[in-house]
Formats: sequence, structure tokens, C-alpha cells
Amino acid sequence: MADAMDLTGRTEPLQQAMAGGRSLWDDARARLFRNKAAVVSMIILGVLIIIALFGPMVWVHDYKTQSTLIKAGPTFDNWHILGTDFLGRDAFARLMIGLRISLAVGLVATIVSLIIGVTWGAIAGFVGGRVDNIMMRFVDVLYAMPFIFFVILLLTVFGRNIILIFAAIGAVEWLTMSRIVRGQTLAIKNMEFIEAARATGVPFFTIIRRHILPNVVGPVAVYVTLTIPVVIMAESFLSFLGLGVNEPLTSLGVLISEGAKEMQDKPWMLMAPALTMGITLLCLNFIGDGLRDALDPKER
Amino acid sequence: MSALQRSLSRIPWAYVGRRILIAIPTLLVIITVAFFMMRIAPGGPFDGERKLNAATEAAVKAKFGLDKPLMQQYFDYLIGVVQLDFGPSLKTLGKSVNDLIADGLPISLAIGFLSMFVALVVGTAMGIFAGLRQNTVGDYSVMGFAMAGISIPTFVSGPLLILTLALGAGLFAVGGLGTYPNIGMTFHNMTLPVVTLALPQIAIISRLMRASMIETMRSGHIRTARAKGLSERDVVLKHALPSAILPLVSYVGPAMARVMTGSLVIERIFGLPGMGSYFVDGAINRDYTLVMGALIIYATLIVIFNLIADVLYALLDPKVKYD
Repeated sequence: MADAMDLTGRTEPLQQAMAGGRSLWDDARARLFRNKAAVVSMIILGVLIIIALFGPMVWVHDYKTQSTLIKAGPTFDNWHILGTDFLGRDAFARLMIGLRISLAVGLVATIVSLIIGVTWGAIAGFVGGRVDNIMMRFVDVLYAMPFIFFVILLLTVFGRNIILIFAAIGAVEWLTMSRIVRGQTLAIKNMEFIEAARATGVPFFTIIRRHILPNVVGPVAVYVTLTIPVVIMAESFLSFLGLGVNEPLTSLGVLISEGAKEMQDKPWMLMAPALTMGITLLCLNFIGDGLRDALDPKER
Repeated sequence: MSALQRSLSRIPWAYVGRRILIAIPTLLVIITVAFFMMRIAPGGPFDGERKLNAATEAAVKAKFGLDKPLMQQYFDYLIGVVQLDFGPSLKTLGKSVNDLIADGLPISLAIGFLSMFVALVVGTAMGIFAGLRQNTVGDYSVMGFAMAGISIPTFVSGPLLILTLALGAGLFAVGGLGTYPNIGMTFHNMTLPVVTLALPQIAIISRLMRASMIETMRSGHIRTARAKGLSERDVVLKHALPSAILPLVSYVGPAMARVMTGSLVIERIFGLPGMGSYFVDGAINRDYTLVMGALIIYATLIVIFNLIADVLYALLDPKVKYD
């Protein structure tokens, strides 16, 4: 890299040149931190993540121990601060586990869709020609499919299990990702530095990994943050229909669906998971929007 | 040439034809995958608490054609689908899948189209309003509402609306299609499901519309219109709106698909006997033929809506060229 710089007549080392100005990423970070909604959302989300990760370990009740206190209201007796559910289990402990599962589904399914989508899109865009055409027509055909219906079919056929939910939702959400990555790749691949890499004999996959992918990170990062809430919502959608995770595990969707049955007499059973879900999704969306504004100055 | 003829001549017929040709294999793949998935599934539709004795089981299977070889069943089914006959329901005795779909589809379609209509009207209006007042209080409140609409899923907003407007204020029905004399798809019964289903779409559409409006207002032809001395009203309604609305048209297809998916949950929340509830119940009860029938109907509708949206886009945007 340093040699290439020398050839263009710039003798200072790369790091030194970079140290002088602010990189694209510094600018983006500065813009992101100026966005109040995004900063507040990051703090709230951070707290929620910590609660979901460590809360169940330190809380006085665990999420599956049943008691004779059925559907009790919020009380400080015995620390049932959100009451108990229909089997007498502590509602706050279940809420924390539900949040953990929902966040985990969001993260894992998004990573699944990220891996498939980025690989598919980068290859289609970089190879181009007939391969690109076939690969993207395939995506078009899949786009036309009512996927959530297929996920429902999958879950009824193979039984409900959490790995399948991860995979199924991830496999649905990669389509848009592949289109974004392909578009970016097409734009980048004819630039001179790619040609230079090819001319110096850099292998195909190394070009994709070292030169193409770093340049598509921006739009992909934005899309990832906006995919997580979509995935969380999809999982809760399935849970709400009774097709989500198995008892005694739970997710926000399951808790909302249980709460909705009791909302007339015991509205707190609905409000707690509904509010948690709403806040989590709001935070994720604000962060995604902030990231988009930060990484794409054109959008301002 | 009349306006109608002119519009018709602008439809890219070759493109429409090709899209229909793609749609057929797409549907075929959906039917095939769904058919074999349901058949591979462990546990059949007649597995109950008590095992049926062999003779009864054979008789039941023969009645529904499940004793034939798998490929034979598959082709029988395909032939049936082409003739719009989805076979008997395996679980609801004495009813065919066609009967059940005929019961449920009008309800689902009514909810879907009404929500879409509400979402388009309200969403567009809010988007234009916010776009013309960028970075004002009005803009921020619309965008705040939109953010909430995107973030709050229907299975949260639905119960909350029931809690406040139906149980609390008593304005609307809590669910179902009503009791005598309010039976049917009346304003009282349908408002909450339709509004709940429309909320996320209102949010998405108003965001789209706002962004597009802001971009359009900065473009050259708006500057020209202003330079000509047109009133601000004419600038917005006659010059900005027609081009700002284009990105929205391409969203109508996916939006319709989302609305139909969303109606699975809406029908569950509000206890409406639509296609969605038949589909979910069918999936849980392993009523193969019912699930297949519903799936095929959903898939066909989604394919058709996407096609209509694309053709509409071609009609409205003179720049679009289909190779």
C-alpha cells in the first residue's frame, strides 16, 4: 500500500496523511452523536440489553418456577413487581427472558440474512453478465412469494423450534440485502483501484473480501439496524399466532398474546410486554435512521 | 384518441405478458413446495388422541384420495387447482376448501382494501404536509407519529385500541362481526380492524411521501413553475404532486402484500372469520387442503397486486422503459 502511494508522488506514509484530516467514519460518528434521538435510543437500548443479559441471573425469581399466586397484580410483597402469569410465574422474570429471546432472534436472524445476502449480492454484482442476471431473477421470483406463509408452513411441518425460527426468518430477510450489496458492488467494481488489484493478480475472493466488501459496509450497516426490528416483529408475529418459541421459554410476542387475553381485567399483563416491545423497536429504528443520516450526507 | 385509449396504448403489453409468464412458474413452485412439505410432515391430519383402527383409517384415507401414490395425488391436485377446485377440507366435515375460502375471502379482502385505501389517503396527505414544512413542529410531529407507527406492531396497537376505544369509550365493537342487530361488516365492527391494519402502512407511506416531496420541491421543474409566477397551490398540486407520488406507486404492490400478511394477526385479534384465521387454524390442525388452498389464493393475489402496481408505474412515469 505504501509503495503504491509512493508511485503517485505522495511520499508521506499513509497513516500520517490520514491523521491530518477526518476520515469518512469520523465524520459519520460525529454526525451520529449529534443526533439526540439516536444517542438517547442507544443509551436506552444499552440498558435494555444489559437487563436482558444479566437481569435473569440476579432477579429474585426465575422465569419457570410456578407458584399458587395465579395472575396476581403488581405488588412488592415477595417482589412480584409486575405480578404473576397464568401459571403463577413471576411476570418480570418472564419479561426479561422474553426480551432476551426477542433480541437474540433479532440479532441471529439478521446475521443469517447478512451472510446470505452479502455473499449473494457481492458475487452477482462482481461477476456480472449472465450469472448476475440469473441470480437476481431468482431473487425477483422469491420476492413474489408470500414468505411468512411459508415460514408458518415450515413451523407446522417441522415443529416449533427456535433454531428453525432463526433460520427461517433470516432466510426471508436476505433478499433486500442482496439487492443493496449488488448495487453497491456494481458501482464500485469498475473503479480504478479494483482494476489495479486485478491487474496485480489479486485472487477473485480476495478482491471481494478486501476491496469490495469494505466499501459496501455503510449501506449494509444501515440496512442491518433496520432489519433487526423487522425480524423481532416477525418473530413476535409468529409467537402471537401461537407458532413461536416453546414453553417455558417465552418471547415478547408470546407475552403480548397472553396479555391481550386478559387485557380487560388485568391490563398490566398486556402493558408491560407491549411497552417493552414498543420501546425496543423505537430505539432500534431511531438508531437505524440516525445511522443512515450519518453515513449518507446526501440524504440530509 | 380518447384519454382511455391513450392510457391503454401506453401499457407495456409485452412486459405484462412476460410478467404473467413468470408468474405461472412462480405459482407452480409455490404449490409444489407446499404440497410436498405438507406430505413429508410427521403426523397426519387424522392423528388424534386415539388411534383409528386400520379399517376406518383406510376408509378415511380412501375418501380423501390419500391412499393413491404421491405423484398421482400431486397431479390430481394440480388439475383441481387449474379448475379452481381445491378439494374437500380434511378437518371441517362436509365443507370443501372452496366453501371455506368463499366464506373467508370477502372479509379478508374487505379489510385489506379498506386499510389500503385509508393508508393511501391519510399517509399521502400526512407526507405532503410534512414534506412542505420540513423541519418544523408539524413535520416533527408527523414523523414522530410515523416512527411510532413503524415501531409498534399491530398486535400491540390492536389490543390497545380495543382497550381504549372499544372497552373504554365503547365507540366500536370489541371484535367479531357483531351481535344482532349489528351483524356484518358495518362501520361499528370494521373500523378498529381496518385502522389497526392501516397504521403501519400510514407510517411507511407518509415517510416515503415526505422524502419524495422534499426531493421534488428542490428539482428544476418546480423552480421553473415558481419562476413562471404560479401560485404556490398550483405549484404543489399540479407540478410537484404528480412526480412526487411516483415512488409511492411502486410501493403499493408490496404494501398490499404486507396488508394481507398483517390481516392474519388482525383477524386473530378481532376474532374475524376471514381467510387468515382459516389459514392459521388450518396450519395448526394440519388441514392440508385448506392450508394449500389459502396459500395459493394468497400467492396469486400478491402476484397480481405486484403486477398491477408495476403496470401502473409504467403508465404514470414516462421515463420508465421496460427492456
